[in-house]
Amino acid sequence: MAGNVWVLAEQWRGQLSDITYEVLALGKEVATALGVDLHAVLLGHEVRDLARSLGKANSVLYLDHASLATSVPETFAHALTSAIRAKSPHAVLIPLTNVSWELGALMAAELEVDYVNACKDVRAVDGKLQVRSVLYGGKMEAMVNPAQSPAILGILPGVRPADQGRAETTPPVEELRVDLAESSSIRWKRYLEPEAGDIDISKQEVLVSVGRGIQSRDNVALAEDLAGALGGAVCGSRPVIDQGWLPLSRQVGKSGVVVKPKLYLAAGISGAPEHVEGMKNSDLVVAVNSDPQAPIFNVAHYGITADVVDVLPALTEAVHSRKEVKKHAA
Amino acid sequence: MKIIVLLKMVPDVVEELELAADGKALDTEFLRMIANELDNHALEEALLLKEKYSGTVTVVALDAPEVDDALFTALAKGADQALKITDGDGTLGTRAGAYRLAQTISSIPGLLPADLILTGAQAIDDLDGLTAPLVSHLLRLPQLGIVTKVSVDTTAGVATVLREFPGGVRGEYEVKLPAVLGIQAAEKPPRYVPVAKVRAAMKSQAIQSVVAPTAADGGVCLLPVEEMTKPEVTEHAQMLQGSPEEIADQLCEILAARGLL
Repeated sequence: MAGNVWVLAEQWRGQLSDITYEVLALGKEVATALGVDLHAVLLGHEVRDLARSLGKANSVLYLDHASLATSVPETFAHALTSAIRAKSPHAVLIPLTNVSWELGALMAAELEVDYVNACKDVRAVDGKLQVRSVLYGGKMEAMVNPAQSPAILGILPGVRPADQGRAETTPPVEELRVDLAESSSIRWKRYLEPEAGDIDISKQEVLVSVGRGIQSRDNVALAEDLAGALGGAVCGSRPVIDQGWLPLSRQVGKSGVVVKPKLYLAAGISGAPEHVEGMKNSDLVVAVNSDPQAPIFNVAHYGITADVVDVLPALTEAVHSRKEVKKHAA
Repeated sequence: MKIIVLLKMVPDVVEELELAADGKALDTEFLRMIANELDNHALEEALLLKEKYSGTVTVVALDAPEVDDALFTALAKGADQALKITDGDGTLGTRAGAYRLAQTISSIPGLLPADLILTGAQAIDDLDGLTAPLVSHLLRLPQLGIVTKVSVDTTAGVATVLREFPGGVRGEYEVKLPAVLGIQAAEKPPRYVPVAKVRAAMKSQAIQSVVAPTAADGGVCLLPVEEMTKPEVTEHAQMLQGSPEEIADQLCEILAARGLL
């Protein structure tokens, strides 16, 4: 059947990613609006069992091949483009994560069709796709109407709640066969696990997170002082980790850790989508940034337009003095 | 070793972005353009590889406002050659831009094959594609994105490459050269170069202007933007006002009310 909506069921190391369910929820809406079926496409080697939890889809297209046991992007892209050529879907939704990062762009190049990057929403109106893409670090959004079929869409995490994409039903599974060879030029070697030993920031109740606005390595101490006063830990966004001011184990976001603390204090973090996906479910988000337009203020519950270097020490002192008062009162 | 770095100019998002009158693009009048941050990481990785294995680094960019500054900065940092593709209206999307880059570097005698073509894993204005996968497809070369480490066995003609996965996990690959890599982060932060050194480069070195072959981006349809908007704010933070001390007191009240103090 032609013209259906496909969602890549992203599996990594034998597990389905949460974003798979988020994108399935979106895909269901789009398929319903278009009056077509939703198919989940599952690729891998000996992962057929995962199809059972993809019941949000009308059916699962399963592609099993030994060369899909490892993570070589071009092999996955070849497998998907072969399947697309065979089945002619109308839209293909790809989770935009570090697992599936290049797939959409590679497939669109190969098929010579439209690709839309960083999609935050997709709707079907009168049979046409309206796609909203996030640009300029979250400061702007562009609405585009990809007209070619299939439209390949890279979907950002958080597009719908994952629970909306889960279903109790077991979907029918259709096995697809495509000719696939291992890449002749890229050889998979191994995974390197993050170094252990440091604290696990995903288990902290209070996080003081520093971004580019912290300005220097020395200023990270200001965040450490505050984290100490609040009984939490310091973490950071990508630029701070890349500068070597904090270890990789403290990175929050797409390539780092997903955290859900009781308090997330974002100090000098602009709030690019790659960071937000790692902290958006925190109970309470407080953001300090000198740029009043910073996208982080659209995620935070409380915001402060100021230089973090001024606010952090004042806050540390206020926390200390309040604790003193509490101690004396007790 | 021969390395090509593809560098793209993008708006500096530290500045406030304004919309053009037609509501379909940015207002370019007050736009400050800078080199895409991850392209700077790609340049840094190229310079580190050159220092390690010797060779040349050629930086290639499409024409754009402030591109000369970026190219002279690259030369001052240690790049050997800077090429500017001068024709084109500078409003190409990522996809058409990648076609133009790939076609032009293929058309310059002696530039290809290069051992490595490095560019940023993404750019903040990527709407209709990603440069590294597109260029790799057009040049029929292998590619990996989100790369954070590259080491090369020059005799065997292979690179060992680390690519990021979620949760701090990295994947190690062996890639046959030539190859295209989308760099997420260089092994060291991009080097700083003093303005005086950039000025010196402007005097002693030159940017080579090149013209793209006819219809280098022909046949690539642009994905037209129907509407560009600032993000619709459904929930905006409640802003705290006052001196740092006053703000700190307000925040302590909020934290105490939630049992966090």
